[in-house]
Amino acid sequence: MTPVLAIARRELRGYFVTPVAYVFMVIFLVLAGLLTFYTGDFYDRGLADLQPFFDMHPWLYLVLVPAVTMSTWAEERASGTLELLFSLPVTISQAVLGKFLAAWGFIGICLVLTFPIWITVNYLGDPDNGVVLAGYVGSWLMAGAFIAIGTCMSTSTRSQIIAFILTAAVCFLLLLVGQPQVLDFFQDAVPPKLLGAMGQLSITRHANAIARGVLDLRDLVYFFATIVAWLAASVVMLDLKRTR
Amino acid sequence: MAARKPGPNPHEIRKPKLCVGAGSAGDPAAAGTLASTHRRGSGSPFATNDVSLRGEGNGYWLPRTALAPMRGRKASPHYEANPRANLAARQRSLSPPPQPIPLHSIEMIETDRLTRCYGPLTAVDALSLRAEPGQVLGLLGPNGAGKSTAMRMIAGFLTPTSGTAWVCGHDVRKEPLAAKRALGYLPEGAPSYGEMTIREFLVFMVRVRGLERDVAFRRFDEVVMRLELDEVLDQTIGTLSKGLRRRVGLAQAILHDPPVLMLDEPTDGLDPNQKHSVRMLIDAMARERTILISTHLLEEVHALCNRVAIIANGRLLADATPAELEARSRYHGAVSFSAPGSGVSREMLARIPNVSMVEVDPLDGRVTVFPRAGQPILDDVQALLRTQNLEVSEIQLERGRLDEVFRQITTQRGGQA
Repeated sequence: MTPVLAIARRELRGYFVTPVAYVFMVIFLVLAGLLTFYTGDFYDRGLADLQPFFDMHPWLYLVLVPAVTMSTWAEERASGTLELLFSLPVTISQAVLGKFLAAWGFIGICLVLTFPIWITVNYLGDPDNGVVLAGYVGSWLMAGAFIAIGTCMSTSTRSQIIAFILTAAVCFLLLLVGQPQVLDFFQDAVPPKLLGAMGQLSITRHANAIARGVLDLRDLVYFFATIVAWLAASVVMLDLKRTR
Repeated sequence: MAARKPGPNPHEIRKPKLCVGAGSAGDPAAAGTLASTHRRGSGSPFATNDVSLRGEGNGYWLPRTALAPMRGRKASPHYEANPRANLAARQRSLSPPPQPIPLHSIEMIETDRLTRCYGPLTAVDALSLRAEPGQVLGLLGPNGAGKSTAMRMIAGFLTPTSGTAWVCGHDVRKEPLAAKRALGYLPEGAPSYGEMTIREFLVFMVRVRGLERDVAFRRFDEVVMRLELDEVLDQTIGTLSKGLRRRVGLAQAILHDPPVLMLDEPTDGLDPNQKHSVRMLIDAMARERTILISTHLLEEVHALCNRVAIIANGRLLADATPAELEARSRYHGAVSFSAPGSGVSREMLARIPNVSMVEVDPLDGRVTVFPRAGQPILDDVQALLRTQNLEVSEIQLERGRLDEVFRQITTQRGGQA
């Protein structure tokens, strides 16, 4: 476990020695606040909850998570440090896991820093803080799935831009597939079972379920399976690149 | 320089031989007691034994059976920071061996028909190398010869297309982590994380390698002192000069005190002073380690290596000591002199027995007299010059020119192995 933590620690520190982390945080916090208050009808709903806040998260992550993950592996490859990393007594899985944990931890820090909005809602009303917590957990799990996708895309290229675009595209697809408009569009063309499966693939559906305060095992399995699958794909990708 | 004895000529080794006591890896005391019980006398039944063991410096020969308790000692992971792991290794070493020791475990670095293809291009072609304890093996070849690719495979960064390599007896394909633990590696160009300070970088390396706390502190101080990094410890690596960055790379490579070091073009792109200081460092480290260096600089071979493997187009073309390579040069044993202002008769020189050819440099008039293969001619040439009363400003016996041998070996296709 030590190498995993060492790598995670180095990566996390790496975010904060460059301005990237701070720029990201500011943008994330400002956008989260703005979207909640202006497009989310935070006040007009007259409800003491953070639903509008969490509803915006998938779209925020869509743009911001690829920006965090695009450099994780692409940069190592481009700068030659990948050779150094893989000459250390570390397995590929350990390295992938370490970098994933760092990015996930970073998003976790960003989420924690949104606490003023939680204070606000507690000041204005009397929300169910269990539901709020579940919302945070759901949001964080969703971020984990996005990061795992971003990790995989970053391993496949040495260009950060390509990694960014690929990640955003795949994440967008996973967000879109659960939207009612899309499902309606496919309703006549696809057998109902497949339609149901498509709906189940959607990230938003599972995140929303958790955000409602229901920690259903199926939703947790969905997120962990997504994360593990994409990280496993990253490991395979890195291993493939060693042989070709 | 005591431990840097020239390695035995690989062409002469037919019987496998195990050398114990490379640097600190062996236990001289244990080897001594074992050795004294099996002192080789004349007519000893052990004399014909296949696998013999020679304790460093004591000249004792041991039969194969004597190896049993020593098993694992050669690979004794003194680089293993975890004392529990050490203990486990000792305990393992006490149990009887399940099978005869594979021969490759004897070498610190060995490759067996290591091959790597990039699509249709074969970068490394069935490369078989071995470096024994205490050796500095130079991997010499023109740019693009496959030196870096070979090293990357030994370091475990690239997977071989076929064949394999062993580091300290650990197969890099089957036990990659054990092999990597025994290896310190400086990749080409000494890549490191530019946004970190030297201190952070080395601490990261300590953590990733999982060194124990007290070992880590000791090694950190040692390495920082040895590479004279103490004054720049808190500088960001990205702002360092090339020479310093190379030193950081070296520090990283020896941080865990590995028995095997692999350095890919360690002095490439450095100025003469930096080259000198890096060479001094390597020379100092060579006393206790096996080192594999890749280079395309011939002077480096002279300065550092006690054996050279020349490769071109991914194939091993020569494997010899620098002196043996020089002996292949047509200049080997030639006598050259400058005799300004006097017409030296080429015919007269050519009439000396054992002289095959006389050349006069058209630019500076320097005369080079070539011998027939292996014949000494210096005395005869000097005698002739004396009897002819020729003023000679300077006379030199040539050792042979490595650059010429290098060119000859690497440019002819399918040169001798």
